[in-house]
Amino acid sequence: MTSDLLGPTRGVAYLAASLLFILSLRGLSTQESARRGNLLGTLGMGLAVLVTAAAVLIGRFAGSESDPAAAASSQTVGLLMAALIGGAAIGAVLASRVAMTSMPELVAILHSFVGAAAVLVGIATYLQPGGDAAHRTIHLVEIYVGILVGAVTFSGSVIAFTKLRGLVGSRPLTLPGRHVLNASIMIGAVVLGAMFLDAPGATGLPYLLAMTGLALLLGLHLVMAIGGGDMPVVVSLLNSYSGWAAAAAGFMLSNDLLIVTGALVGSSGAILSIIMCRAMNRSIWNVIFGGFGAAPKKAGADAGAAAVPVGEIHETNVEGVRDLLLAARKVIIVPGYGMAVAQAQHAVKEISSLLLEKKIQVEYAIHPVAGRLPGHMNVLLAEANVSYEIVKEMEEINEEFPKTDVVMVIGANDIVNPSALDDPGSPIYGMPVLEVWKAAKVIILKRSMSAGYAGIDNPLCYRDNTLMFFGDARKSVTELLTALRA
Amino acid sequence: MNVGIPTEILPRERRVAATPETVAKLRKRGLDVLIQSGAGTESGYSDATYVTAGARIVPDAATLYALADLVLKVRAPTSAEVESLKTGVVLISFIWPAQNKALLEQLAKKQATVLAMDAVPRITRAQRMDALSAMANIAGYRAVLEAANHFDRFLPGQITAAGRAKPAQVLVLGAGVAGLAAIAAARGLGAVVKAFDTRSAVREQVESLGAAFVEFDFKEEGEGQGGYAKEMSAAYLAAEQALIASHAKQSDIVISTALIPGKPAPQLITAEGVAQMQTGSVIVDMAAEQGGNCPLTERDAVVSKQGVTLIGYTDLPSRMARQASDLYAMTIFNLTDSLFDKQNAYRIDLADEIHIGASVLREGQLTWPPPKPVGPVAPPAAKPAPSAAKPAGGHGAGAAAKKSGIGAQLALLVLIALFSLAGIAGPPEFLQHLTVFLLACVVGYHVVWNVTPALHTPLMSVTNAISGIILVGGMVVLGTGAGWAADILAAVAILLAAINVAGGFMVTQRMLRMFRR
Repeated sequence: MTSDLLGPTRGVAYLAASLLFILSLRGLSTQESARRGNLLGTLGMGLAVLVTAAAVLIGRFAGSESDPAAAASSQTVGLLMAALIGGAAIGAVLASRVAMTSMPELVAILHSFVGAAAVLVGIATYLQPGGDAAHRTIHLVEIYVGILVGAVTFSGSVIAFTKLRGLVGSRPLTLPGRHVLNASIMIGAVVLGAMFLDAPGATGLPYLLAMTGLALLLGLHLVMAIGGGDMPVVVSLLNSYSGWAAAAAGFMLSNDLLIVTGALVGSSGAILSIIMCRAMNRSIWNVIFGGFGAAPKKAGADAGAAAVPVGEIHETNVEGVRDLLLAARKVIIVPGYGMAVAQAQHAVKEISSLLLEKKIQVEYAIHPVAGRLPGHMNVLLAEANVSYEIVKEMEEINEEFPKTDVVMVIGANDIVNPSALDDPGSPIYGMPVLEVWKAAKVIILKRSMSAGYAGIDNPLCYRDNTLMFFGDARKSVTELLTALRA
Repeated sequence: MNVGIPTEILPRERRVAATPETVAKLRKRGLDVLIQSGAGTESGYSDATYVTAGARIVPDAATLYALADLVLKVRAPTSAEVESLKTGVVLISFIWPAQNKALLEQLAKKQATVLAMDAVPRITRAQRMDALSAMANIAGYRAVLEAANHFDRFLPGQITAAGRAKPAQVLVLGAGVAGLAAIAAARGLGAVVKAFDTRSAVREQVESLGAAFVEFDFKEEGEGQGGYAKEMSAAYLAAEQALIASHAKQSDIVISTALIPGKPAPQLITAEGVAQMQTGSVIVDMAAEQGGNCPLTERDAVVSKQGVTLIGYTDLPSRMARQASDLYAMTIFNLTDSLFDKQNAYRIDLADEIHIGASVLREGQLTWPPPKPVGPVAPPAAKPAPSAAKPAGGHGAGAAAKKSGIGAQLALLVLIALFSLAGIAGPPEFLQHLTVFLLACVVGYHVVWNVTPALHTPLMSVTNAISGIILVGGMVVLGTGAGWAADILAAVAILLAAINVAGGFMVTQRMLRMFRR
């Protein structure tokens, strides 16, 4: 580290920024403090960028080997400003335009940017001349690992984005020897790494690029093999990776701020993934490598054949649903991805307000993995102005179902599937679910009798206290709203 | 196959086993339906309505029984009725096999296959065939109406210009289906309701209907097999009677529904208990058919003893014949329907728990009682069912967490080993970075666990914005001046990261603005 004048200032500023980020995450723990948390995060980022920019302008990053004058050349400043302002402008437009239902896609694509940036920073760092020989190896390892993580994050996020957008089918792609493929990619990366370390000067670049290619392939293949229903886990995992990539960049650049921030983001994403996995009662390895719907499905298919729900479904119409709702004392609404797809959250909110006006108790039940992003449903309901006090988590509300007159399930399937509790042959057996069938009546709004993302039939539809109300969620809900108002 | 619906011949029995609606459903199944002329009259269905639904009317029972291959009835057949059945007939009706051994023997001689509506197992899938519950529901409701009819005061409390009327106090003994229906009906009429049951598990159901649950603190759990009550010891009964007497004293109406399958009804209200009750009180003893919950009750009669009116009707469902027939016909249709497979071929499915449970005779062979069922009917599953799922889920999650906890600990050890190696081998600067890194991981871990699940999406977008800190990395590289190639790469990195930072923070702000109480 250079003992320049700005050094201590920068150090203090970075420390402050790190603390601000920690406070920011802390602020997000409750709705009341969340906005302050976001503000603190923004402040921290602003501080970090300002101080760094100042340092670049003054040219104090220049190491002993490089020419200090070159650092602050007007060309550099121009590039920096153009990139900063251009990027910020693009980001601002994206953020203000995106629909709340498309949040998962936005988050996924943003992760890919971090991954790509990490790769680029890594390569650029490698291209830098010098570095003292004694520590060269560890420096190279840092670069290598940073690029590896960045590349996996990048291609994985891009695939996640395309899956969430529906550009690629959400079904898991399960190649025959996919574990072998993953393993050989990793071995290839290690071999290339050894060759890279051996290469003198900057001649290791081809190995580095080859490894980047392999890592991109790995990220692509890993996410292709994960089904749409597991997207909340994948997105939060990628979130974690993007953090680790930033931390790795911090190691290679000897920048503590990057290390701290990257570690914060990395552990945050990891915890979110763990929370999501617990919600599905599956291990993280099972999600990443399980190719859900392939291996467990086979076992399930045999047992499932015997346990295929038999019986008839009971269909109802708008009037039937209206009468049930109006006769109820307590109603619970269970939203799922179908509500997001149909953008029906506003109409659903209108219905719940109308019922509340009629002194009917209404609550929303949110399963941890409903939607395609952790907390996706909460955001949609918040967008529709649903008070978060009547939006309940699974643990809170499962006890309420027996006391409930009507449960309205809107576009959800696997998260209300009783097979998870009583059919050991079911692929989702053991996953905690919303026990809606304990209510007196369950109304399921569904487009058709097709299965959910886990690809399995739902015996709930055949229960005697279940009524099916077929149709597009938005259309059905709007009709229902009209009927209720009449 | 001919399905025959006879007129019920027992006195006071006004129900019928098929309505025009279920006749149409049977016809749809490809079955021919014969109705004895006048079978539905008491339930409000004329012969003509059955004909419209596709049935044939036969003039008398003899003709009907001679033609019918499948007989649907309400009450168990009398011995004369059995005599007129065809050999090898299939009969579905109430049978009460435990109390009617002679009837079973007689039916066995006819090589009959008999399904008892009262033996349909109490499992979720069979709910739509559960005639007992359907009838008990009606009976409980009707019992309250009968009581109200014989009670000479208001049920709801009223304050009028002419004076104040206190709400009637209703005590319901036994919170089965009938008891719960009685609670709901009494509450609906405005009475103040208390309910007593030896099974503490029903407390929640009682309270959910707005009645108070009478606590009985005696160490003996009253839930027997299949969710029904079981018989208790003598000391227990004495304590129970004392408790009920003390509550009955303050009650205007007592609806007693306590039954134990296959046994005489328990005597819950003693003669002394009745004597202590206020003049003008009404007791409806719904267990009158099984001997009554009160020794003073007289079967099928209304009597007044010590100023208390005792109602011993055993035909409560028949007093609402139309409703009772509608529901009974639907349950018996559902059971009948399940006897036919997709090709409309009749069979008793020995893999089907419902068929096994309900069939008491198969082609003359006694198959009752059915082999002890395993699973859902057993008490452990019946009682804690509401709570069973939760601990199971919780436990499963806990175990999974534990397992992954061990894995995580192993991984952590390996990581620490690697890091210490790197720390020893690497430059001191690296060690310092490593320290910062690990500390930050720990801080992040603790901070993020506290985040409420509702904010997971904002958390993700904010951490996403924060991970745009790689921007600083790009700037550092750019500032070092490493040649044009590195500069361009760094600039692109800055551009991408800047999108992230701006986009992430702004979208988070947008989302958080929406969260409101």
